[in-house]
Amino acid sequence: MLETLNDKLYLNFIKDDRYMYLVNGFITTIKIAFFAILVGLALGFTVAIIRSAYDMNSEQRRKGLSSALLSVANGICKLYLTVLRGTPVVLQLLIIYFVIFADINVNKTFAAICAFGLNSAAYVAEIVRGGIMSIDKGQLEAGRSLGFSYARTMIYIILPQAVKNVLPALGNEFIVLIKETSVAGYIAIEDLTKGGDIIRSRTYDAFFPLITAGLIYLAVVLVLSKGISILERRLRTGER
Amino acid sequence: MSADTIIKVKNLQKVFGKDEKMQTKALDNVNIEINRGDVVVVVGPSGSGKSTFLRCLNLLEMPTGGTITFEGTDITDPKNNINKQRMKMGMVFQQFNLFPHMTILRNLTIGPTKLLRQSKAEAEKTAIELLERVGLADRAQSYPNQLSGGQKQRIAIVRALCMKPDVMLFDEPTSALDPEMVGEVLDVMKDLARQNMTMVCVTHEMGFAREVGNRVIFMESGRILEENTPEEFFENPKNPRLKEFLDKIL
Repeated sequence: MLETLNDKLYLNFIKDDRYMYLVNGFITTIKIAFFAILVGLALGFTVAIIRSAYDMNSEQRRKGLSSALLSVANGICKLYLTVLRGTPVVLQLLIIYFVIFADINVNKTFAAICAFGLNSAAYVAEIVRGGIMSIDKGQLEAGRSLGFSYARTMIYIILPQAVKNVLPALGNEFIVLIKETSVAGYIAIEDLTKGGDIIRSRTYDAFFPLITAGLIYLAVVLVLSKGISILERRLRTGER
Repeated sequence: MSADTIIKVKNLQKVFGKDEKMQTKALDNVNIEINRGDVVVVVGPSGSGKSTFLRCLNLLEMPTGGTITFEGTDITDPKNNINKQRMKMGMVFQQFNLFPHMTILRNLTIGPTKLLRQSKAEAEKTAIELLERVGLADRAQSYPNQLSGGQKQRIAIVRALCMKPDVMLFDEPTSALDPEMVGEVLDVMKDLARQNMTMVCVTHEMGFAREVGNRVIFMESGRILEENTPEEFFENPKNPRLKEFLDKIL
């Protein structure tokens, strides 16, 4: 019994340095997830701010160039949200790599970062917009009445409170994103899932490589959620 | 316009709602001149447009007609950057609207440091002085949620004062307070009036109107129906609606 376990471990991980599939896959997965989160945050916040600026000011706005621009930007954002949330992420990945980047020679990992980042941004945008909307209107009025512009009121007063409120939901989105990157294999990226699967195809043993890959995902997610809950506690100081 | 007129409101109109059938007229041709040192108290039944009028003065509500001139600038002009004038118009809200994620001291200094470019030390010095004046210097490092309603409102007044405004606008500052806390807030406002601060105050506190105001205005259905000195206003009201209103509340 112990013999066979040892043999299996040797066969799946040690022989021909097969563990390197998992190590390299892990690095690729983390790389894609990390940069996709950054893209998702940057773009998601931008879209959320445009959308809520449009909603909040619609009663008050005067006609003019800036309000026309805001309307157009809001329309673009809405279209973006509809398309990205309405189609499967695998398909978006394939389209970005095989259609949009078809004639340009780009790194596969870069294409994956774009795909997962753009997809995640759509969800982050709606989460953050929900957070902005949850802040009492009086906060905006208090900021504006001191003389802050809309943008500066957002930065100093609304967003810090909104982010605190949506941190759990954002954490959730990051967890989903990390696991979603497992479909990167569709464009032949050797990520963690693919790495486990390659070992399986070499050794005809599914159990050890796949379970190991799963445990690594689990560990990453646990570390991330711990980090988020620490951050949450930090931001709560003095609140109540 | 006389030299010491600080706010001049001409034919001010505010209509809510875009659809014509759903429209409500909140303000209907309001005209008033407010001079430096005036304490104007605005009273009237709920829905009379008094809060809307006050909020129009710093464009928290955008008027749909008429002009508002503040210190010689037409602030209803679309080309005007209202943020400049808002720095000179302190506003105090019914719901306090302190920033809950900042300490009291930060609540008070964020405006002066970011908008008036004061140094941190300078802004904090002013803030502490003003806190001492309202008896809350020991709460500088607290957060808003650790304070009582009356304390919050006193802090909100100080926050507006830290910007060294030329006018203070009060939107029912005591309406959200427990009765026992109304006094401490009114005391701060009386103190301000004694120092010749120009004030426009929407309130239900008739005692305050009588004691502190130098002009009292009665509004209904978006119009100013009567304006008078407090004595005349309360002792000798002329408008029948005002008589009815005073009978009900006094």
